Amino acid sequence: MTFLILLIKASLIYGGLLVTAAVMTLAERKISARIQLRIGPNRVGPGGVLQPLADGVKFILKEEITPDGANKGIFRLAPIMAAVPAMLTVAVIPFAGETVIFGLDFGLLSLTDLDIGLLFVLALSGLSVYGVILGGWASNSKYSLLGGLRASAQMVSYELSLIMTALTVVALSGSMDLREIVEVQNTGNPLAWNCFTPVIGQVGLILFVIATFAETNRHPFDFAECEPELVGGFHTEYSSMKFALFFLGEYCAMTVMACLTTVLFLGGYSVPFWEDAPWMVELATFMAKTSFFLFLFIWVRWTLPRFRYDQLMNLGWKVFLPIALANLLLAGAFISLT
Amino acid sequence: MTNVTNKVLEYAAGNSSDLELDPDDPLHGELMKINVGPQHPATHGVLRLSVELDGETIVSCDPEVGYLHRGKEKTCESLGWRKFLPHTDRLDYVQPLLNNTAYALSLEALAQIEVPQRAQEIRVLMMEVSRIMAHLIYLGTTAIDLGAVSMFFFTFTEREKAYDLLDAWSGHRMNNSYIRMGGVYADVDEAVAKSIEEWLRAFPAKIDEFEKLLTSNAIWNARNRDVGVLSAEDCFALSLTGPNLRGSGVEWDLRRKMPYSGYETYDFDVPVGSAGDCFDRYLVRIEEMRQSVLIALQALDRLKQSKGGDFLARDRRYVLPPKGRTHESMEELIFQFKVVTDMRLPKGSAYLGVESSKGELGFFIASDGTSDPLRCHVRAPGLMNVQAIPQLAQGRLLSDIMAIIGSLDFVMGEVDR
Repeated sequence: MTFLILLIKASLIYGGLLVTAAVMTLAERKISARIQLRIGPNRVGPGGVLQPLADGVKFILKEEITPDGANKGIFRLAPIMAAVPAMLTVAVIPFAGETVIFGLDFGLLSLTDLDIGLLFVLALSGLSVYGVILGGWASNSKYSLLGGLRASAQMVSYELSLIMTALTVVALSGSMDLREIVEVQNTGNPLAWNCFTPVIGQVGLILFVIATFAETNRHPFDFAECEPELVGGFHTEYSSMKFALFFLGEYCAMTVMACLTTVLFLGGYSVPFWEDAPWMVELATFMAKTSFFLFLFIWVRWTLPRFRYDQLMNLGWKVFLPIALANLLLAGAFISLT
Repeated sequence: MTNVTNKVLEYAAGNSSDLELDPDDPLHGELMKINVGPQHPATHGVLRLSVELDGETIVSCDPEVGYLHRGKEKTCESLGWRKFLPHTDRLDYVQPLLNNTAYALSLEALAQIEVPQRAQEIRVLMMEVSRIMAHLIYLGTTAIDLGAVSMFFFTFTEREKAYDLLDAWSGHRMNNSYIRMGGVYADVDEAVAKSIEEWLRAFPAKIDEFEKLLTSNAIWNARNRDVGVLSAEDCFALSLTGPNLRGSGVEWDLRRKMPYSGYETYDFDVPVGSAGDCFDRYLVRIEEMRQSVLIALQALDRLKQSKGGDFLARDRRYVLPPKGRTHESMEELIFQFKVVTDMRLPKGSAYLGVESSKGELGFFIASDGTSDPLRCHVRAPGLMNVQAIPQLAQGRLLSDIMAIIGSLDFVMGEVDR
């Protein structure tokens, strides 16, 4: 019975993640169309809602090309390396509290509550850069190689501030378990959310959001693909489902990072002024908060110009890291005072 | 920057004859050569840049032009003066009306035709609208190269409106061939003039919107400031003109310095930059759009007063008679026949430069007195702008090429001809 429940939960959560990624591709196109005074896809299904399905079919039917001189094994491995870690990280995200569906007790709504949940997420999402580096290297293309190199440099510079900022939250909540972190904030009073901790919370939130943009290779930090310079960057030579896997990985990573931001700073599934809300309300709250960050990803991408690669490194090492460290110190002082 | 990179740069600049790269050095062991273009999303057409990279630093950048060469200048010699006009549309295809005017001005100078006042006013209006449209292309494509994709759509939305107006005005959206030797092809339709005025009056607000998105944006500043710095001397050496020269602080505008089409009677400012970097060139172009709106509005005002005047010279040696008249008058039919089959310019040569959106654009024409042109040479500002790329790109990062290419602003149709 426990196994069956786990199976149902896993399929629900993974199904949810993949559907979110698919919806994100549609949202990206629809919202960018709105921003750019266009209509966007509206042919497949009512208002274009089935566009992701059509895209998927198209990707599967396209010819798979492996360039001459490419390292075939690694060339195949890279898209998997990009997509799998992002999908695995979702296992520890707590989506809601005690869940009962049709009288069946599902326990807490998350696949597993690891004691080191945050560490698990950071470690795995750090792995996803290997997909980009290996893909860039194995393609036997100079554009791809440069894209891969940029990605590696970028990840190194941003991982640190990301982790430092996450540590601030760990210090505030006293746990690395994501469920614990949410429960500490879930008091019915939204002011208990970490983002409302004076100064520390706001600085942390901003730093963390910017770092997630860099971590997921999103605009304005998308040097690894950087269309005008590197054509397609690391995925220049990829086609068909391999290309789709890179994108799936990117959108899954975005979704997970948005979930993580919600958990760490916005109280996860905690509903304002309603401590013991039913699981459905909690889940809806969680999704609402997450979709705000997902929208932010899209909004920023279609509004801002792109940084230059060395400017990003400067920003990462000389601005964000010191601020993140200072913020961590401040959090320590804050804790010892209260 | 490391010593090795410095050494490589010196070698590339020709200051040092020996370059010994240590093959065991993992960071600077060998240079990477990549082709940016001719099929590449950022090169605005078919420019090929052969770039040597040391890491991400550009050691040398060698632009190669000619992928769009169609032999336009030679074509003129076999087509004759009249029939070459539509080909000028296709030189710098983002501003056909400016090309038409430049060509017509040279022909008129050689033939010594007096252009009617009203035609000159229409030309000024058309040239300024073209300038705005060309600068919108600059803004949109530069922004998309630097990652601000949506700007491209905003500027093209405005450009699309202008296209519709030109369509209503001249009968063509893009390759207008509207400005002819001796005047313009047709008179202004009043309803169209009114909608142009509406568009012009609404446009400055749009420029403000563009500026809101870019001018104070930290990323836009970081990408453009101190990138692609040209001193005034550099500009002279590379014969750069137009916004590129003005961005470096030289107040040189042919509309002021060597006026044509009555520009001396219009009231406008010539914006100049100071630093000569990509950002200054951007600011100059933004301000030029504002000034163009002012000039165009003045021209529209004058058009209201000169209503009913001639819009085409009556010199029958060079200018076609109105179509209806050829069916009524024997002489007009003969004139039409002569102009179409055997139009001769006097022996001699002429050159007249106009301030196009990219710099001084002019047609040098030489005639031996027969109906076949002896020589037609296009002084295309875009070619000079391409010349500046190697100097500006050297020692910069690969990403800077995009800002530099964008801010120099050229169209390959004009560069390759």
